[in-house]
Parts: sequence; C-alpha cells; structure tokens
Amino acid sequence: MSQIPPLFKRELLGYFRSPVAYVFLVVFLLASVGLAFFLSGFFKSNVASMESFFFWHPWLFLFLVPAAGMRLWSEEKRSGTVELLFTLPVTTLEAVLGKFLAAWAFLALAILLSFPMVLTLAYLGDPDWGVVANSYLGSILMAGAYLGVCVFISALTKNQVISFVLSVMVCFVLALLGYSVFTEFLSGFLPVPLVDVISNFGFTTHFDGFTKGIIDPKDVMFFLSLIGFTLFLNVVALER
Amino acid sequence: MIEVKGLVKTYGTKRAVDGISFTVRRGEILGFLGPNGAGKSTTMKMITGFLRPDAGSALVDGIDVTTDPVAVKRRLGYLPESAPAYPEMTVGEFLGFIAEVRGFRTAAARRAQVDRAVALTHLESVRHQTIETLSKGYKQRVGFAQALLHDPPALILDEPTDGLDPNQKNEVRSLIKSMAAAKAVILSTHILEEVEAICTRVIIISQGRVVADETPAQLQARQPGARLDAIFRSLTQSDL
Ligand SMILES: Nc1ncnc2c1ncn2[C@@H]1O[C@H](COP(=O)(O)OP(=O)(O)OP(=O)(O)O)[C@@H](O)[C@H]1O
Ligand SMILES: [Mg+2]
Repeated sequence: MSQIPPLFKRELLGYFRSPVAYVFLVVFLLASVGLAFFLSGFFKSNVASMESFFFWHPWLFLFLVPAAGMRLWSEEKRSGTVELLFTLPVTTLEAVLGKFLAAWAFLALAILLSFPMVLTLAYLGDPDWGVVANSYLGSILMAGAYLGVCVFISALTKNQVISFVLSVMVCFVLALLGYSVFTEFLSGFLPVPLVDVISNFGFTTHFDGFTKGIIDPKDVMFFLSLIGFTLFLNVVALER
Repeated sequence: MIEVKGLVKTYGTKRAVDGISFTVRRGEILGFLGPNGAGKSTTMKMITGFLRPDAGSALVDGIDVTTDPVAVKRRLGYLPESAPAYPEMTVGEFLGFIAEVRGFRTAAARRAQVDRAVALTHLESVRHQTIETLSKGYKQRVGFAQALLHDPPALILDEPTDGLDPNQKNEVRSLIKSMAAAKAVILSTHILEEVEAICTRVIIISQGRVVADETPAQLQARQPGARLDAIFRSLTQSDL
C-alpha cells in the first residue's frame, strides 16, 4: 500500500495539468448553484437551508461523475501508459486505489467549492451547521459510489465515449431506483416488499437522510460497500 | 538471470507466441530479431508481467513472474515499444514519479537517481519540458531513462533505438554495452548492424517460434560471405 501516495499524486497532478479539470470545476459549480437558484428558488424559500442545493446532486452527478471518470483507465489504455504502470512494482489494487482516491479527492474539491453558498446562508440567516456538514458528507460519499461505477466501466474500454455513455446509463439506473416517482410507478404493479428491496439499491434513498441531517450507519455502509464492490470489480477487470 | 520456458500466447485464434524458450545470463546482450508480427513484443510483455502467458513461464532471478509479479518488476527495467509516458508531465516530474514508485522515497535520493538517468540519456535540455511537446527521439530517450533509472539487474528494451538520430543510436548502443557487464539485457531491433555491433547472442523468431539461437558469428557462419539480411530472410521465409 506504500505505492499509493506517488500514484495518487501523479493522478491528481494530471487533473490540474489539463484544462478539463478547470472546465469541470466551473461547470460543476455553475450547474449545482444554478439548479438551486433557478429551479428550486434558493432565496425565495426564505429558509436558511442548503436542501435545495443538495437536492439536485444525485441527478447532477449522473452526468458530471462519468465526465470526470471516463478517462481514468480508458486514457491509460489508449495511450499505452497502462503498460508502463503495470510493469512498475505496483499491485493492481494499489493502482486502482491510487487512481480512485485521486479522482474522489478531485470530486470532493468540486463539491466543497460550493462553500461560499453556506457562508451566504450564514450571513443572511442561521443555518443548521450539523445538517450542512452531514449533507456535504453524504454528497461526497455518494460521489464516491458513482465514481466507483465509472472507474470500473472505464477499465472495460479504451474508448472514452463508450465509457461515458455506459457510465451515465448505469448511474441513471442507480439514481432512478430510489426516486420516489419511479418507486410509486413500480408499486402500481409490483408487491410493496419487492419495491422496497429495489428502492434500497437507489442512491437517492440513501442520500436523502444526509440532507435532513441524519447520518444512518446503514446509508454510510451502503455507499462504502458499493465503493468497495466496484473497486473489487475494477481489479478483476484489469487482471483479466 | 532471465529464464523463459515454453511461453505461449494466443489472441483469439492467432498464436502470437508459440512455445518460446531461452535463457539470458548476466553480461549477455540478447538481440531479439524477427519480422513484423513475429511475436517479439508479446514475448517481452509476458516476461515483464504485463501479459499473462497462456502456457509456460518466465523467471527473473529465479522468481516466476506469475507467482510474484511485483518482485520481478522490481528487478526489471522495461522500455515498452513506442515508449509510453504521461504526456502532461515534464520530463523531470515523470522521472521523479518513476523514482518514487521505484522506492526512492527521500527527495535527495530521488533527485540523485533522476540526475543520473537524465545525464546518461542526455535529457538536460528538455528536463522542464512537458513530454507531449517532445520530438519522437526525445520521447524515446525518456522511455530509456525511465527503464534504467533504478539501475536494474535486467533490462528489457523493445526497439530502444527506434526514432533516434544516428549519433544517438550510437550513444545508446555504447551505453547499453557499457552497462551490460553486470546486467542481463534483451533488446529487440530491426537493425541488423545493431546486432553485429553490440549483441553477444541473437535469437530470431518467426511466427512465434525460435528459428535461430546463437552468437552473431555463428549466424554469419551459416552462409559465409552473405549479408546478414539475406540470412535473416532465408530463416524467416515462412513469414512471407
Ligand atoms: N492485443 C492484440 N490483439 C490481437 N492480436 C494481437 C495483439 N497484440 C499483438 N497481436 C498480434 O500478435 C502478433 C505478434 O505481435 P507482436 O507485437 O508481438 O509482434 P512484433 O514481433 O513485436 O512485431 P513488430 O516488429 O512489428 O514490433 C501479431 O500478429 C499481432 O497482430
Ligand atoms: Mg514489436
């Protein structure tokens, strides 16, 4: 595991060397703040709460995390650096973790850059800091789970476009499973216990608690185990 | 030092490598010849642990690459075909990254290693340039610098002089020759003079099989007075 820091550093440097990173950060901020302001009425609601900001995250991540994750392995495969990487004395797990953690740190940075919104709230009103902190935690955990899926998919192909499209599709399903409109639709013809099982795999199901200020260990475990599982698949896909 | 026993690799229905065996001792420079598509690169990828052989084994220092890949990778320096490197990094950063992964953890040790490799391959003038802006020959030299950075006991070089100017070709050849006393070296090449100039042994492969394994003098003795390329042609007839 001692090989993770150099791999992590290299990957993160790679982000900031390309304009993609800055475009991503700006688009992410504009989209997340824009949705909160224009679609949810961040100020009009007259409550000092970030809920309208975090509400959109499962749907926003659906596109933005695949955009950040599509290149991770695809690019190494296309340019041949994967051959360099895997003839250095690193294990596949170390390589996967170094890459994943760097991408996750980048996403966490993108999420945390919205912090001026919280400061605005604190200036205008009196937000519940516990709820805000939990929401950030939940959002970062959820981003990690989305990212796990995307990194795994990018290990399957050297084509970034295929990687992106597949990732969006899988993430869409994962987000939809817990979406109330979708579960209501399902319960129209499926037995309730089955619908519960299905929605239990949905990202929104596990994210909602955080935005209300509740940290349920089950939700934390859900995201963490999904990350673990996708990283395991990632190692298997690369060692194939 | 390097021992290859009955390596086989099949891509789909194509047998790229079909039971190749040989050994290389310290102090030997093995020239790996063969027509395009004969299986040279594929064999090297299996020795370096990048590809898993379908059958057979490769041992470095008595360690089987399939049972302990990381230990083998520590002992090898490998220049893959077309010298892949991370394009957004500068030469210095890239070699620093390699040094760190190779276990030079203090800044001073890393610097010493990078300085040495940069001096050996004459990269001083481009040290602060990003790799994507380098000419083909300089990129090739970065790949070579990366392979010998940790002064490994065994070097595997896939077309090390590809893309170099005549001066650099000679430079690289004498460098390999000067290092070879304490190392086992395998290099692939399409330049027959290179074999005469530096190799202590030649292996010619054709359609994934070894068709000659001898000293350059013995190869010449097959048809006294003939040019090496004529001998090469008659040995690899089945490939045409
Ligand atoms: N990833 C791959 N998928 C399918 N076939 C492959 C793959 N890599 C190599 N091959 C095939 O395996 C054979 C051997 O390829 P290899 O790259 O080892 O040849 P080579 O001897 O290095 O040739 P060259 O002198 O052109 O570098 C070729 O027929 C090639 O088409
Ligand atoms: Mg080749």
